[in-house]
Amino acid sequence: MTRTTRITRTATYTLRSKRRRSALRTVAFLSPWLIGFGVFFAYPLISTIYFSFMKYDGFRPPVPNGLENWTYVFTEYRLFWPALQNTLWLVVVMVGCRVVFGLGVGLLVIRIKSGGRVFRTLFYLPHLAPPVAATLAFVFLLNPGTGPVNSVLETLGLPAPGWFTDPDWSRPALTVLALWGIGDLMVIFMAALLDVPKEQYEAAELDGASAFGKFRHITLPHISPIVLFAVVTGVIQTMQYYTQPLVAGKVASGIIGGSGQQFEPGYPENSTVTLPQLVYDIGFQRFDYGAAAVVALVLFALSMLFTALLMRRRSGLLGPGD
Amino acid sequence: MFRTDHTTRRTRDSIPTRRSRGVAALAVAASLALLAAGCTGSHGSTAEDDPKAKTTLTLWHGWSAPAEVKAIEDNVKRFEDKYPNITVKTVKNMTDAKIQQALRAGGSQAPDVVASFTTDSVGKFCDTGALVDLGPFLKKAKIDAAKVFHRPLLEYTRFEGNQCALPLLNDAYGLYYNKDEFKKAGIAAPPKTWSEFEQVARKLTRHRGAGYEQLGFMPNYHGYETTSMHYAAQWSPTYFDADGKSKVAEDPAFARMMLFQKRLVDALGGYAKLEKYRNTFGDEWGAEHPFHTGRVAMQLDGEWRLGMAEDAGVDFEIGTAPLPVADELAADYGMGYLSGTIMGIAATSKKQNAAWELVKYMTTDTAAVVAFANGIRNIPSTIEALNSPDLRFDPRFRTFVDIAKHPKSNTTPAQVDGGAYQVTLQDLGYRYESGKVKDLQAGLAETARQIDVDIEKQK
Repeated sequence: MTRTTRITRTATYTLRSKRRRSALRTVAFLSPWLIGFGVFFAYPLISTIYFSFMKYDGFRPPVPNGLENWTYVFTEYRLFWPALQNTLWLVVVMVGCRVVFGLGVGLLVIRIKSGGRVFRTLFYLPHLAPPVAATLAFVFLLNPGTGPVNSVLETLGLPAPGWFTDPDWSRPALTVLALWGIGDLMVIFMAALLDVPKEQYEAAELDGASAFGKFRHITLPHISPIVLFAVVTGVIQTMQYYTQPLVAGKVASGIIGGSGQQFEPGYPENSTVTLPQLVYDIGFQRFDYGAAAVVALVLFALSMLFTALLMRRRSGLLGPGD
Repeated sequence: MFRTDHTTRRTRDSIPTRRSRGVAALAVAASLALLAAGCTGSHGSTAEDDPKAKTTLTLWHGWSAPAEVKAIEDNVKRFEDKYPNITVKTVKNMTDAKIQQALRAGGSQAPDVVASFTTDSVGKFCDTGALVDLGPFLKKAKIDAAKVFHRPLLEYTRFEGNQCALPLLNDAYGLYYNKDEFKKAGIAAPPKTWSEFEQVARKLTRHRGAGYEQLGFMPNYHGYETTSMHYAAQWSPTYFDADGKSKVAEDPAFARMMLFQKRLVDALGGYAKLEKYRNTFGDEWGAEHPFHTGRVAMQLDGEWRLGMAEDAGVDFEIGTAPLPVADELAADYGMGYLSGTIMGIAATSKKQNAAWELVKYMTTDTAAVVAFANGIRNIPSTIEALNSPDLRFDPRFRTFVDIAKHPKSNTTPAQVDGGAYQVTLQDLGYRYESGKVKDLQAGLAETARQIDVDIEKQK
C-alpha cells in the first residue's frame, strides 16, 4: 500500500466519521420534534388507520373486519351524511364570514381616531369567553320564546327566526356566534393592516385612486398571506367544531341530561351535527371504535384536501418573496 | 428556479435508499407492535380473593348533590360497620364516560365497584365482560334474583343471560297534576286512559294570543320526560323478538303510541305553537320548571319531581297518579315505565369477592335498600324493600311505589349498542310529530331496519 493510498483512506474515514457525527447531531437537535411527531401524529394516525379495519369496542381485542366499518359509515350510519353536509357548510360559510368580518372590523378599528383602544378591547373581549358560556349566552339571547333579540325584532315588525330551534336557522345562528368571537382574527388583521406601507397609499391618492381601488390594489396584495393564514386555520378549526353546536343543541332541545333521557347530537333535525361530534357519538356512545376511526379519517382527509387546495393557491396569493 | 429546486429535491428524496426503507419498515413494525400491546385491553379478572381479609374497595358513583352524597356515604358507613374488614373509598360525580374509560383501562386507581345512573350501557358491559357476571355470586349466596327483584329491573341489568349488574334503587314514571286547576276545571279525578287524558288536557289549556296562558300538558318529545320510550310503556311494547330483531314496525304498540301523541300535539295547538311555548320553559332541574310555575297543568315525570316541586315552593296542591294507559289496556291502569341506577363489579378488580359483599349489601339487604331509598328519595329496588314498613314517604309518593310494584310496568331492554336503538326510535318521533314523516308505517319499517343494522354492526 502506497503512502498516498493510506492518506486517501484515512481522509475518507475522517470525512465519513465527520458526516456521521454531523448526522447524529442533526438527529439529536431534531429529536424533540421527531418524538412529538411520532407520538402525537404518526402513531395516532397509524392507529386510526389500523382500527378503521378492525371491529373494536374498547373492551375486547380488536378483530379484523375488512371494509365493514367503511361500508357502514358511508351507507348505513344515518348521521354521517348530515354531519358531512353541515361541516362543509360551516367550512364554506362560517370561515368565509369570519374572514370577511374579521378583516372589516380590523379595517374599521385602525381607522378610529379617538377611543380606538376601547373599541379594540370591546371587539376582542368576546374571544376570551369560554365556548360553553358564550354558547349558553347566545341560546338565551336568541331564544325564540323569551330571548331579547326576537323581542326587539318583533317590536320592529320584523320576522323572528327560530335560531337554534329551526333547522334552517341553526347553522346561521352558529355563524353569528362565531362572528361575535372574532377578536383573534381582528388582532391578526390589524397587525397586518398596520404593516402596509403608507407611501403606497399616498402615491395612489395622488393618482386619484378610490378607497376601494386602494384596498383592491394595495391593501389586499400586502395582507394576502395573512388572509391565507386566516382561511387555512379557520378551515382546520371548523373541521374540529364540537363544543358550540353540541351545547346549543342540548340546551335548545331541553335535554340536558337526566335519567332515561337520550341525547343525540344535531338538534334540531340533525342540522347542528358535525363530524367531530360523530367521532364521539359513535365511539363512546355506541362503543364502535372502528367506525369512529373511519369518521376521524374522513375528517383528516378533508382537512388535508382543503389545506392542499388552499396552498395550491399560494402562488396566486403570495408574492415571490413571501 | 424555485419550482426546479423543489422538484429536484423531491425527486432526490423520493428515491428510497435501502437504509431508509429499513427504518420505515422498523417504524411501522414498532407502531403495530405498540398498537397490539397497548390497545388490546386484557381484564385479569379474578374471584379468588378472600372476602374476610382486610381490604379497601373503591366505589365510583354518579351522585353529586350534598344530600345525595351524604345518603350514599351513610349507606357505605353502615356496610363498613357490618363488614369491619372492608373499607370503602367512594368517588362521587362519576359520569358514564369516565366509568367506561376506567372499566376499559383498569389500573390501581380504577374502581372495584361502579354505580351508574343509566341503564343503557348495561348491554355492552355485559356483552364485553367489562362488568363481571354476578350469576355465580348470586348462586353461591343462594339468592334467587327473580324473587328479589321485579322482572323489568332484571331486564335492564342483564343481557343475553348475563346478569352483570343489579338494580340499586328504582325510578318510576307517572303523572303529576295541579289539583287546584283540576278543581277549577271541574275535573274530579286524574284520567285513566289516553282518550280521557286528551279531553282533560284540552280542558286545562287556555290559549292567549299566539301562545298559552296555561297548557294542559306539553306533549312534544322534547318536553323533558315526554320521550317516545316513556309514552310507549303505556302501550305495553315489545322492543325485540326472540332473535333480537326490532319489533317497532310489527308491534302495533309503537304506531298507536305515535298516532296518539301526534293527535295530542295537533289537539293542543300544533307542533310549531307548542315548540315556541316550550322554548319559554325553564330548566328541567331548576325551580322555574313549568309545572312548578303553573305554566303546564300536568307533567309526565319521575318520582323525584315531588320533592323538587316542594323544594321550589309551589303554591298549589300537587296530585300524583299513574300515567294513563291505552284505551284497550284499561285493565292495566297503574303500570308505568321503570328505570334506575345499576351496580356492578369491574372485571379489572382484583377484589371481586369483597366487591360482591358490597354489591350484595347495597342491592339486596332490605334494611340498607330502605335506608338508602329514604335518604335519596328514590323508589327501593327490591320486592321486600318496596313492602317494608320502614319506608318513609309522602302519601303521594306511594303512587310511584305502586307503579314500581305493578306487574305490567315495563322498561327498555338492555341492548348491545347501548341506547342507540332508543335514539333511532326517538328520531322518528321527532320527524313524525313535526310532520316531516307522513307515512308512519313506512317510517317505523325504516326505523326497525336501521335498528337491526346498527345492532348487527355491534355484534
